[in-house]
Amino acid sequence: MSILAYNGAAIIGMSGKDCVGIASDNRLGIQYETVAMDFKKVFKMNDRLFVGLAGLATDVQTLDQLLRFRMNLYELREERTMSPQVFTNLLSNMLYEKRFGPYFCEPVIAGLDEKGQPHLSTMDLIGAISSAKDFVVAGTCEGNLYGMCETLYKPDMDQETLFETLAQALLASVDRDALSGWGGVVHIITKDGVISRELKGRQD
Amino acid sequence: MSELTSNNNLSSSSTGGAAGGFNFDHVHRNALLQHQLATTSAASNNSSSNSSILPLATKTGTTIVGLVYANGIVLGADTRATNDTTVADKNCDKIHYIAPNIYCCGAGTAADTEKTTELIASQMELLRLNTGGADHSRVVTACTLLKRLLFRYQGHISAALVLGGCDPIDGPALYQIYPHGSTSKLPYTTMGSGSLAAMAIFEADYRDDLSEDEAVGLVRRAILAGIFNDLGSGSNVDTCIIRTDGSVSMGRNDIMPNEVGPLRAQVKRSEVMNIGKGTTPILKSSFVKSKMMMSGGVSLADVTVTAMET
Repeated sequence: MSILAYNGAAIIGMSGKDCVGIASDNRLGIQYETVAMDFKKVFKMNDRLFVGLAGLATDVQTLDQLLRFRMNLYELREERTMSPQVFTNLLSNMLYEKRFGPYFCEPVIAGLDEKGQPHLSTMDLIGAISSAKDFVVAGTCEGNLYGMCETLYKPDMDQETLFETLAQALLASVDRDALSGWGGVVHIITKDGVISRELKGRQD
Repeated sequence: MSELTSNNNLSSSSTGGAAGGFNFDHVHRNALLQHQLATTSAASNNSSSNSSILPLATKTGTTIVGLVYANGIVLGADTRATNDTTVADKNCDKIHYIAPNIYCCGAGTAADTEKTTELIASQMELLRLNTGGADHSRVVTACTLLKRLLFRYQGHISAALVLGGCDPIDGPALYQIYPHGSTSKLPYTTMGSGSLAAMAIFEADYRDDLSEDEAVGLVRRAILAGIFNDLGSGSNVDTCIIRTDGSVSMGRNDIMPNEVGPLRAQVKRSEVMNIGKGTTPILKSSFVKSKMMMSGGVSLADVTVTAMET
């Protein structure tokens, strides 16, 4: 078993019309033993920027702390919020700095840029950025997530349709993966604010 | 050299100070983790005995090519990135900027090719500014900087590169650079997993007196050979022409033979695919109003977001 699959995770980022969504499951496990069903994997960086971290739980939490620290410092120094593009490069460089002893973490970045348009990107554990217009996925059931997203995704969804699509893609994927699940959470980022919803999912 | 000076220099690197380079803090921890995981999963028989514990980084798979013609250089690349057998990115960019008159195709570990070319591009710009602010660099300089970096890391930075450009001293120059730091100056070259397919096309049709159109056509056919015959390569053809007069034509997605849009549009979706509002059971819902102003041409730079705490 890979270290990336030690704790289990499923994360999706998906774009809609003038909105973008990010969803994750809630499980924290140690291999096949479930330890917690309320583990946070998606973190709010600012009102228009969320990052989801899939992988080793200790690195998920460490990276969240480091990112929050760097975000706060940036806002104090620059007196402006960080754009998703800048954030993606920041995180990529943080990961590549540890090229030969990496964080076991695959991030998904979802946010709205300066023009209010969706920004979606993901990277591998050493910071190779890959940007997408439609959706990005990460976690232990990556194959399942790709399959569900390829099937359900439509361009220019409104925020409610985007929520249902994300929720159904996530729930269907994690039900075929032993390492993720136990409910999930979906955040829909719009220019007016963020809708956050906890999903009812299977508890097995 | 400078990359190695910042070991354990936690304070400067985490506060975003000037210290650069790799950080080896987690190497020992990761070795222990790997050892522990290998012993526990072998004991409980959960995984197949020989499977790798360390996760795989995204590779570029890749067909990259370059050739010299009378009036310049043509570079070409496919646009597929893979993670094991999964296509991680269907339209990634493998022709990297080095200088206004120099570009570089990268194959190997995606992060390595990306960051290596970025680092050298930055060093080239600083060099230009420190030597009279020329608007172009020499291709040999880029080649030397790249090979020194790669040789220093003894092949652990897995970047296989095709470097091409035109400068006033050497004219058009094309180099091939291996991950261990060896280089060769060639009239035409291919690299990556699709290099054999692409080289087959080059060996059949390369001539010394190609015109620009013929050269670009040959590069396109070589990349297409990689896309269709090598599983590690796919999607679109990117090209880049660098001429001796200093002009550059980037042909991003020059040919798109694998467009999925029309195919998707052909599929009649079942009614089941339209998920109605309120389908998914929700336990809790909340809305947090944004404090940031937006749209109507107001840029984030005009807005002070952080409220002072008193």
